[in-house]
Amino acid sequence: MTAPRPDETDIYLPRPATLIETESLTAHERFFRFEMDAGVELSYRPGQFLEISMPGFGECPISISSAPSAGGDRGFELVVRRVGNVTRALHGLEPGDRIGVRGPFGAPFPVEDALTGHDLLFICGGLGLVPLRSAINYVLNRRDDYGEVTVLLGARTPADRLFTRELYAWKLRDDLVLEETVDAADPSWGAHVGVITKLIPRLKLAPENTRALICGPPIMYRFVLKELEKQGMSAEHIYLSLERRMKCGVGKCGHCQINGLYTCRQGPVFKYADIAAVREAI
Amino acid sequence: MPQKLIDQSSLGHWVAALIAEHKVYGVQAKADRFAFDALTEADDLRLDHDVTILPPKKYFHPPQEILLQFDREAMTFESVFHAEPFILLGVHPYDMAAISQLDKVFSMDHRDRHYLARREAATIVVCDVQTASPEVFAGCMGHATMEGQSGHDMLLTLLDDGRYLVDPVSAKGEALMGPLAHAPEADQAALQARKRVWDRNRRQLQKNKLKMKPSELPGLLAGSYDHPVWEERAELCYSCGSCNLVCPTCYCFDLRDELNWDLRTGRRLREWDGCMLRGFAAVAGGHNFRARRADRYRHRYFRKGKYTWEAYGEIACVGCGRCISACTANIANPVEVFNRLLEER
Ligand SMILES: Cc1cc2nc3c(=O)[nH]c(=O)nc-3n(C[C@H](O)[C@H](O)[C@H](O)COP(=O)(O)OP(=O)(O)OC[C@H]3O[C@@H](n4cnc5c(N)ncnc54)[C@H](O)[C@@H]3O)c2cc1C
Ligand code: SF4
Ligand code: SF4
Repeated sequence: MTAPRPDETDIYLPRPATLIETESLTAHERFFRFEMDAGVELSYRPGQFLEISMPGFGECPISISSAPSAGGDRGFELVVRRVGNVTRALHGLEPGDRIGVRGPFGAPFPVEDALTGHDLLFICGGLGLVPLRSAINYVLNRRDDYGEVTVLLGARTPADRLFTRELYAWKLRDDLVLEETVDAADPSWGAHVGVITKLIPRLKLAPENTRALICGPPIMYRFVLKELEKQGMSAEHIYLSLERRMKCGVGKCGHCQINGLYTCRQGPVFKYADIAAVREAI
Repeated sequence: MPQKLIDQSSLGHWVAALIAEHKVYGVQAKADRFAFDALTEADDLRLDHDVTILPPKKYFHPPQEILLQFDREAMTFESVFHAEPFILLGVHPYDMAAISQLDKVFSMDHRDRHYLARREAATIVVCDVQTASPEVFAGCMGHATMEGQSGHDMLLTLLDDGRYLVDPVSAKGEALMGPLAHAPEADQAALQARKRVWDRNRRQLQKNKLKMKPSELPGLLAGSYDHPVWEERAELCYSCGSCNLVCPTCYCFDLRDELNWDLRTGRRLREWDGCMLRGFAAVAGGHNFRARRADRYRHRYFRKGKYTWEAYGEIACVGCGRCISACTANIANPVEVFNRLLEER
């Protein structure tokens, strides 16, 4: 059982990737497009994450924000909020600079199986749009495989909105409903003001046929889930992406445990029915 | 494999022969306590120790180790594996049980080659307990002896007549038998004598008495999430992490980078972490998923008695009793916690 095989990969060994393009999205968040070296492909699914290395500063888990293409991908997109050592170093990168990458890791949103044929409701709080954008664009690339698509988006202020050009393009589509709200508006704001939960009762949901995908700050889940239950949605049909402190990404370091579950292995995407009784989850 | 019988002085010669040829770590006296350390003199080996300060886990999952070396400019990473063969002398059966648990953790799905390389390099000589420590309860946890357990390479047992029964159980163990070629083989009487030692150890390594079978713990804990014991005892907790530090089955860790003076090359380190420390589940943005002491305290016992059972089929307390002695607040005794849950179920 324990003898290491010489051909086994080292689960802690990053592979290099090069920054192709970067852009500031808000005062604290930056967009990045990286490419793996020629001949190296990442085969990822929406909802999965990578461990990003800035050697000398460390490593941290970041969700993949791009949608995978049909084959493998050399390129991938991230959005990083500047909060500490690694994320600050990432914000200092310029095109051509290189990073290390491990992964992809974690359980994805079931876009290929449990979600197909259904109405989809995406509920994105703040940075929660980052992983959900991968799933949304995946769905838009195969639009006919799904029913109605609704995206609810909450931001603190209009200045905190991510991907504003992309949101505008979604707004113009007639096969997607986008509803936005902010906690605090400014004079230019023309949409809703208030918490994201307030948007839910206004929707004409077909609860039986709807599948919800949720990602946002820890405080958001409880209220959103309560509202979805009120609308008659089953816990079997709700998927959440949860964040925890995480170091190794491969189920060893112990940090990301939610009671007995490992966020990096059984999550970060969980079916609500599987964690409704897990006390530390929501 | 031939089991041999040797007296104390042959044991000394044998250990000296091992030291001459191999890298050997063994139990030695440290002031009035015991610790595993590099063994240079056969006389320093103390097989009569009650318990070591730190478990032998440190040879497989060290407090700090280098996982990778990197070059920031070239963006290259190189794995560092430690595979120098060594012999570990004097591991107690409960600590061997803990190593077997770590074997499972580090070889399940994403296999950890850093741990596995060190593990593969080790020859483990287990020694049956000769002196019970004041807090040991391995007898309650099913880990007082090696009966029904594996993972070791050799077992030494001090029989009541003062001789050692030497029992190699793997090819690595047998490879150490060379110097004992002329020693007499153990007969049925010696094996019977060993059984008596085992029976006695099963009874005596119960300084704390668990009032249930370990296999009942997951069920007991399942109904005890909101029991007042967590709040009451955690009230006294210093969040010092000593109970994590000394535990042979705790394996949580952190990863951290260090740069060399050239600011270009450096290394990625793995260091022990502990779920009782305040920031263990803290994330950026100020949120801490286990901010309260009681949340962390409960997590530790659930992990020992329920979560690892669900993930690996193991109760992650082997009954060494180290956490009991290490806790200045005197609240870390797992037996007290579990018995109270049982009584107030
Ligand atoms: C699955 C997953 C996906 C994620 N996806 C994204 C994403 O797409 N984009 C994104 O921006 N982020 C994402 N994150 C969060 C991201 O991983 C963290 O913000 C990142 O690890 C911060 O690393 P850092 O080195 O920059 O910060 P650090 O320097 O490690 O810490 C930053 C701050 O965290 C707090 N902190 C850290 N350690 C402790 C401690 N021990 N005790 C108390 N407080 C502490 C402090 O306030 C500190 O200032 C994701 C996390 C997970 C688990
Ligand atoms: S919980 Fe305490 S008694 Fe049990 S194995 Fe860990 S240190 Fe030993
Ligand atoms: S239980 Fe005791 S040893 Fe453990 S963290 Fe609390 S005070 Fe420290």
